[in-house]
Amino acid sequence: MFKLESRGEASSTMSYLSPVLAGVLTLITGAIFFAFLGHDPVHALSIFLIAPVSDLYGVAELSVKAAPIMLCAIGLALAFKAQVWNIGAEGQLLMGGLTASAIALLLIDVESGWALIAVLISGMIGGGLWGVLAAWLRNRFNANEILTTIMFNYIALYLLLYFVHGSLKDPDGYGFPESALFSDFTLLPILLEDTRMHIGILFAAFAVVAAWVFISRSFLGFQIKVLGMDSNAAKLSGFKHQRLVILVMLISGALAGLAGASEVTGPIGQLIPSISPGYGYAAIIVAFLGRLHPVGIFFASLLMALIYMGGELAQIELKMPLAVTSLFQGMLLFYLLACDVFINFKIKLVKPKSITAAESL
Amino acid sequence: MNRPSVESSENYRLQLTGITKQYPGCLANDRVDLAIVPGEIHALLGENGAGKSTLMKMIYGVTKPDAGEIIWQGEQVVIKDPLMARNMGIGMVFQHFSLFETLTVTENIALALGDDAGDLKQLAQRISTVSKQYGMELNPDRHIHSLSVGERQRVEIVRCLVQDIKLLILDEPTSVLTPQEVDTLFVTLRQLSKDGCSILFISHKLKEVQALCHSATILRAGKVTGECIPAEAGATKMAQMMVGDDTPISTDYPKSAGSKTFLVVSDLSQLSEDPFGATLKDINFEVRSGEILGIAGVAGNGQEELLAALSGEHLVSRSEQISFADTAVGLMDPRERRELGLAFVPEERLGRGAVPEMSLVDNSLLTGFLQGLVHTGFINPRKTEQFADQIIDKFKVKTPNNRAQAQSLSGGNLQKFIIGREILQNPKLLVASHPTWGVDIGAATAIHKALIELRDRGAAILVVSEDIDELFLISDRLCAICDGQLSPNKATLETSIEEVGRWMTGVFETPEESVSDVLQSSRN
Repeated sequence: MFKLESRGEASSTMSYLSPVLAGVLTLITGAIFFAFLGHDPVHALSIFLIAPVSDLYGVAELSVKAAPIMLCAIGLALAFKAQVWNIGAEGQLLMGGLTASAIALLLIDVESGWALIAVLISGMIGGGLWGVLAAWLRNRFNANEILTTIMFNYIALYLLLYFVHGSLKDPDGYGFPESALFSDFTLLPILLEDTRMHIGILFAAFAVVAAWVFISRSFLGFQIKVLGMDSNAAKLSGFKHQRLVILVMLISGALAGLAGASEVTGPIGQLIPSISPGYGYAAIIVAFLGRLHPVGIFFASLLMALIYMGGELAQIELKMPLAVTSLFQGMLLFYLLACDVFINFKIKLVKPKSITAAESL
Repeated sequence: MNRPSVESSENYRLQLTGITKQYPGCLANDRVDLAIVPGEIHALLGENGAGKSTLMKMIYGVTKPDAGEIIWQGEQVVIKDPLMARNMGIGMVFQHFSLFETLTVTENIALALGDDAGDLKQLAQRISTVSKQYGMELNPDRHIHSLSVGERQRVEIVRCLVQDIKLLILDEPTSVLTPQEVDTLFVTLRQLSKDGCSILFISHKLKEVQALCHSATILRAGKVTGECIPAEAGATKMAQMMVGDDTPISTDYPKSAGSKTFLVVSDLSQLSEDPFGATLKDINFEVRSGEILGIAGVAGNGQEELLAALSGEHLVSRSEQISFADTAVGLMDPRERRELGLAFVPEERLGRGAVPEMSLVDNSLLTGFLQGLVHTGFINPRKTEQFADQIIDKFKVKTPNNRAQAQSLSGGNLQKFIIGREILQNPKLLVASHPTWGVDIGAATAIHKALIELRDRGAAILVVSEDIDELFLISDRLCAICDGQLSPNKATLETSIEEVGRWMTGVFETPEESVSDVLQSSRN
């Protein structure tokens, strides 16, 4: 007989070990799945996880996919630390992409480096305000942000579709729901010749470092942590609860908005109906997989990007449906949650009663 | 008060031998022996965390011992659950009552009795008879929400008495009562004892044990450290058995008159946000610099609401209702009030006074941020650590290092840390709620000394506590709060426990009447 017994104190070792364990269990389960589908599990896993990054182009692609995930996850981690459950990174990313596209199309004839900066900033404002809206609803009406942010995701998606089918559609585009291609002055510079690696990954890397400093060294970051761990203590110390909620949703939304803006001005180069394959949702898993710590999130984002690429390659090489990406994401989250139980609990073998009594005597 | 005599060991009502209970990381009971004869009032003395409650729970069948024997009236038994304990004739009154507010006394007792309750009318009759018989007037048709805490406790006791009871266990029964109510309870318990019912009285208050109990078993850290006859053994001796030889025990402190008025609360009336909370009614008082004002009262009479209004967690309606040295602060938030010299020690140590999962360094920043620990929005880690070390050092906080989580400290050590953190900010006004609640005697003495020292350095101090002995020990002036109203205040040396006890029941203006008359009138 097994019994879960409280450790009494959270185990920090297990807290770091849990994501690793979750990764290993996901691989094992993945291998079993592949075997059942008639593939050699080792070969399938190598196509899924190694082949995508076996050349420089692959590594560059990895950065293209990791950048938006990282930006979203850093913002989410900040909100989660304050116990603000922002599930709306996807919507904030879409709103960022939409506003950035609108400004990019407005500035299509401007031949200046400032145009790109204006576009990126407007993307951050779009995403940030979309986040602040949910914060305001929570503060003003006590509306649960989990529900409002999920609903805002759909509203953002349909707003984007409305504009891409309407006023932002390219008049010369033969009726396709796409905007005109942005001018070269509003496209992100490429970092590596002949690849799609753009400076978005630098934004993400900067966000990682800035978030780290913000959380561990700034007094606002401290207040956010206190708010999340113990709102009564925050109140007694005079920390402004509502303002902090707005702040984290603003930062969180702005980073997701920057991710959206970087997508439309980076690898896509125009506004299209689908600018994100669920980066905002994947970022939720990444934030927790990275233990809400910027460095953890950095590595978790790379892993998540790899799963996206692996899924695409498995589709081509192994003729598997694209759902395999979601499958791996889901397994990873499932195992992570399961392993996290052992941060606070340990397994104990329960022996027959008489033996226990005798031992303690 | 002699212990009822015993002819042979078979005549023990209850005998425990070698009871051991292990919880993860804590040996709650270590080979505890205990014996009670019929009609004996036996005290189980010990500090918080000594293992008293664990032992009681095992007698009442809530948990089971890992080892040891329970012998009930000469027979070895395994008490499976509370139902079995009740059927054997064991009744228990917990510290926290389990009563349904919206039901009547009879209905509550019927629910507890289950199938044995029988006809409700007959039960009501029995409740009346039993309560009269033991001097605990109780109307069986009243709803629980309309009863005072003392009356609720009677319901719990009567619930045990309507059954055929042989052993009554009371867990810290006096902690929720006014001094007068305590006296009434003791009359009841003595009569019960005369009728042959054994009573196990759990407490950490020595005076009460001396006044009531025939014998005492003293527990420290899960072990029996002594047995004595309380009336014969001195309070000091019992206290030393409770805390060990190396802990100093409180003494007397000189009283002080204070100088200039610092805190003024005037005409403060406020509806409680909580539907079951107390509404503050027209509260007026002052605290002078260099004095300690103590506010006594039974929990839930408006203390929380008053404290939240003082800390700034709940803003009052007009700015002038609260002022610090002529500055109206009623509409200022907690941080602005701290800038004017307020320090605050809340009732809840973990989860308000300190963040449980944060280190002591981070917890020192929690309210210490105004002490130059933050520059241009960034934390100065070196200064913060120095501040934390200073608290740990000056207030002798026992901790492995300053990185230890707040929740890993014992209650007393954490309270020393919190009080130290507030005192080292050199406050002009310190508001402390239940400063030594659940704290061991050694830590309580250290905290009292620190408060007196702060007072002597010229700070105004307001202490809200349920522990009337503590208030008499440290306060220079005293008053009491009852049902959201504040009594007049008097210098501690000019008042008495009886008078403060009357204030606690809401009788503010009739010092001539005798205690029993007052109790009578307050009930009507």
